[in-house]
Amino acid sequence: MTPVRPWLVVRMLAWRELVRFFRQRHRVIGAIGQPLLFWMLFGAGLRQSFRMSPGSGETFLEYYFPGTVMLTLLFTAIFSTISIIEDRREGFLQSVLVGPAGRWAMVVGKLLGGSAIAMLQACFMLALGALLGAPSRWLDWGQMLGMLSLTALGMTGLGFVLAWRLDSTQGFHAVMNLLLMPMWLLSGAFFPMPAWTGESPWSQVALHAVMRLNPLTYCVAGTRRAWSGVDLPLGYFQPDQQLCWLVAVGFAVALTLLAIRVGNTRTAGDWQ
Amino acid sequence: MSDAPAAFALQGVTFKYGDRVALDSLGFSILPGEVFGFLGPNGGGKSTLFRLLSTLVPLQLGSVSVLGLDLRLQVAGIRRLLGVVFQSPSLDRKLSVAENIDCAGALYGLSGHTLREARNRAMANAGIADRASDRVETLSGGLRRRVELAKATLHEPSILLLDEPSTGLDPGARVDLWDGLRRLRASTGVTVVFTSHLLEEAERADRLALLHEGRLVALDTPDALRATLGGDSVELRCRDAAAMAQQLLDAFQLNVRIIDGGVRFEAATGGMWVGRILERFPAEVRSITVGKPTLEDVFLARTGHRLAPEGGGP
Repeated sequence: MTPVRPWLVVRMLAWRELVRFFRQRHRVIGAIGQPLLFWMLFGAGLRQSFRMSPGSGETFLEYYFPGTVMLTLLFTAIFSTISIIEDRREGFLQSVLVGPAGRWAMVVGKLLGGSAIAMLQACFMLALGALLGAPSRWLDWGQMLGMLSLTALGMTGLGFVLAWRLDSTQGFHAVMNLLLMPMWLLSGAFFPMPAWTGESPWSQVALHAVMRLNPLTYCVAGTRRAWSGVDLPLGYFQPDQQLCWLVAVGFAVALTLLAIRVGNTRTAGDWQ
Repeated sequence: MSDAPAAFALQGVTFKYGDRVALDSLGFSILPGEVFGFLGPNGGGKSTLFRLLSTLVPLQLGSVSVLGLDLRLQVAGIRRLLGVVFQSPSLDRKLSVAENIDCAGALYGLSGHTLREARNRAMANAGIADRASDRVETLSGGLRRRVELAKATLHEPSILLLDEPSTGLDPGARVDLWDGLRRLRASTGVTVVFTSHLLEEAERADRLALLHEGRLVALDTPDALRATLGGDSVELRCRDAAAMAQQLLDAFQLNVRIIDGGVRFEAATGGMWVGRILERFPAEVRSITVGKPTLEDVFLARTGHRLAPEGGGP
């Protein structure tokens, strides 16, 4: 009898996510269209209309572009895990569940496949952005791709944890919008995080605390620093790069482990 | 008891969904190489039993051993011995036939040359070798079921479990499917275990377990089960079944039932009754048939319930 090889399962499921993506034309169109739309907006003048703060010199492209790449990445990564609900509904999942490989292989395969789709889209967007001005050092490209990959893995993990027990894609959309939009808005991708001083009003302190607790804050900051190479002006909080890496790695590892744990539980779908 | 361990040996298996008992103290054995069927109406416990034996849900009470392995302790080992065909499709419609089979191969540790050989063999056995590159979404229901079969037999399982394999298939596709299963059993000696609510399909089993409300009501070969009723089954077709039933009762004190618009009863020698009834009611009777009791009759006699009240029989 052939020994069970979990990595074959991981590879197969990741490959299948990609094949399914490319065979559904509307998904491909959406994945190319959205970055193109953002890119045209940047090109058409938004870059001239915005300034971070008078005299800071930081342009819209430098500040908002990494945040927009992150937005695209987050949505694609997390919504790729909808496929677990479809797999359950369409029946594909049942043959995986009665297979001899451990469930962790199923979870890791799904996460890697979803992350790969999100990274493809992010890379397409980065390539477009590079036409408007991009980092010149390979080191920065490496840092940026590393940060984005870890974020993608963490977010697919989060998506999996939420999708595993849901039986409808509508339910998934509702939960995700409730969670994802605030996570993105409060990550520093959309507006910078005000620094915390003795005179800060309590509302600003609260906002600061929430943003600091949001792991995406660190992913966004790390990606932005690699993209623009400049720090935010004084008066805004920006974690140092080492901390950004630490949180990004921790986020990806923690959510992957949590997804594996959740994937090991049986759901109502197994019983009906 | 023979030396070879049973394909499945169940003892005191009980399964509950909350307070509702789906399986009630089931105990029986399935022999290696047997074609074994579970027959019962929808909701009789077949699906739960299938989920339990296919390892999709955990054992709650009782014990199950699969070719000598304990279902509670050795699930991973058992899974490698099983090939499972679900009632609902388990194929990825966006992938081709070959790609779907390759997915199954990865689950069971097959790759490279071994996988290619196994895939070609399984597709040839299932008669779908010429559809390898077709997307599953373009295939008919019968062909999809054959792909399922190829997928489930790719790793040469010792036991093949099928949940309602004929459901949704036209008569031609049903015959094809069972021809395929027979060939497979003849060449590999695989144990075939299936659930069904169709009489025609149940007839294909070497031995049959009748399930009703989670309990085992009978277990034997289809012939032996029918023989328990003894004699013949006589069916009359007439204009007014209810009136005829009453007349037969009055005239001959026969224990008759009305089923599907006909009047039926069991008798030791059916042939004798044909002459007597036709003589007495020459105008009313349109046709009269004598045959052996069906499995439906057996089920009815044991449980007092029809097998397929909605007329789901063939």
